[in-house]
Amino acid sequence: MQFMLILNETPEDFARRADPAEAEAYWGGWNAFIGAMAQAGVIVKGDGLQGPAMATTLRVRDGKRRVEDGPFADTKEQLGGYFVIEVPDLDAALDWAAKAPSALTASVEVRPILPMPPQG
Amino acid sequence: MSVGRDQTTDRAAEQAARSSYGKLIAILAAQGRDIAAAEDALSDALVSALTVWPARGVPKNPEGWLVTAARNRLKNAARAAAVRRGGVPELQRRLALPDPDGHIPDQRLRLMFVCAHPAIDPAARTPLILQTVLGLDAGRIARAFLVDAAAMSQRLVRAKQRIRDAGLRFALPGPDDMTDRLGAVLDAIYAAFGQGWDDLERLETDASLTGEAIWLARLIVALLPAEPEPKGLLALMLYCSARRRARRDGTGRFVPLAEQDARLWDRTMIIEAEGLLTGAAQAGQFGRYQCEAAIQSVHVQRPITGRINLAALRVLYDLLVQQTDALGARIGRAVVIAEAGDPDAGLVALDALPGDRIAGHQPWWVARAHVAALAGRGDEARDGLDRAIALTEDTALRVHLKERRDALG
Repeated sequence: MQFMLILNETPEDFARRADPAEAEAYWGGWNAFIGAMAQAGVIVKGDGLQGPAMATTLRVRDGKRRVEDGPFADTKEQLGGYFVIEVPDLDAALDWAAKAPSALTASVEVRPILPMPPQG
Repeated sequence: MSVGRDQTTDRAAEQAARSSYGKLIAILAAQGRDIAAAEDALSDALVSALTVWPARGVPKNPEGWLVTAARNRLKNAARAAAVRRGGVPELQRRLALPDPDGHIPDQRLRLMFVCAHPAIDPAARTPLILQTVLGLDAGRIARAFLVDAAAMSQRLVRAKQRIRDAGLRFALPGPDDMTDRLGAVLDAIYAAFGQGWDDLERLETDASLTGEAIWLARLIVALLPAEPEPKGLLALMLYCSARRRARRDGTGRFVPLAEQDARLWDRTMIIEAEGLLTGAAQAGQFGRYQCEAAIQSVHVQRPITGRINLAALRVLYDLLVQQTDALGARIGRAVVIAEAGDPDAGLVALDALPGDRIAGHQPWWVARAHVAALAGRGDEARDGLDRAIALTEDTALRVHLKERRDALG
């Protein structure tokens, strides 16, 4: 079964990415996590994302585009990256989620990928 | 086709359905994770049993017949679904499943621990076990949990959907996870026991809910020998079961605990319960079920010491209300406070309980009447008993309560 690990991070986590004193530990943690998943052969796809300050949110209302700077919702935790993994079940997906560095500071949401809708 | 044969067939089908429901659901759901589909397939199989068995006779192994029939239904349904979905994920999911006839002593045990999975709404875990493993209907579960029946049905449907679609592992968890999930499992076993226990009208057999609850608790004690709470729960149920015969006199009338003839208590069960409780205490982790069993242990001391040790009960109930928010614990504590000489404090404790939960709760009204009588408030005692009688389904118990009300004048 495929699951998406939706990796949320706190503003402090995002700040660590570019902080000279913290960046090495920050990226080291993620690289170890991603390396372990890659070695286990569970990764289907995945990406890290730039911080919420780089987000642009768009809505189309009455045929008009409304574009705003910033993320969809202003919450304490923001999406920092995602992985789609192939594992036997939710319990195995949760075991990987528990190893993500952001599980300690923010949260990881785990969701099953929607199976292909019926064709025709 | 004779009438007699018809009845035999119906009885055989009903017997298989009643005594094996949870076991059959557990076997059927293990392969596809889909509890609702397993329930549908089993009821289809039961319907065909009612048409096939009268014509061809009851099979030697009715449970085996039902499982095969239900599996065929499931296969057909799965095939149709696989065609719709292009087949691959369903097949992958099936291939990834562990052997359904693995090392677990009872399939029901595995299903119980799946129902207690942390990814399921905590409020749905125990009810889900009661419905899928122990075969209680949603209405009865709702009454036992003092919640609205429609809300309970919805909660159960949502939980089953989650098990099917969220990809929960359909296997017995590892030792650490099993300990985390133990609470919901023990609560379900005890709730089932309570349901069977209240059913005074029906003769108790091993296939009944109380027997089933004790059997499942024994399995868990064997599976997790280091855990004290399963031992506590098993002891608690054995203490209660030991008094089963004493609950009625020779003419079928209800006999309250304080008036029971202790010679009718089952000594073997009491000895086993005492042993379990002592064994549980060695773990040094007190818990709700050990506490409730200890309360029962105090009650069985009565014939030996000639009096009920209210001071010990008071201490145990004070501990119990810290372990559980169960209404019964608070009611029991209030009664003990009253019987220990402070009926006014007992009334205060009873009246402090939430009104929406007690209004239709028969044991609260019985306790309220009893404590009011101790406080010399005859009118309130009579009113309480009237409410209790209106809420009592069991005939013998109702007669008993009516006599108590009449005795108040």
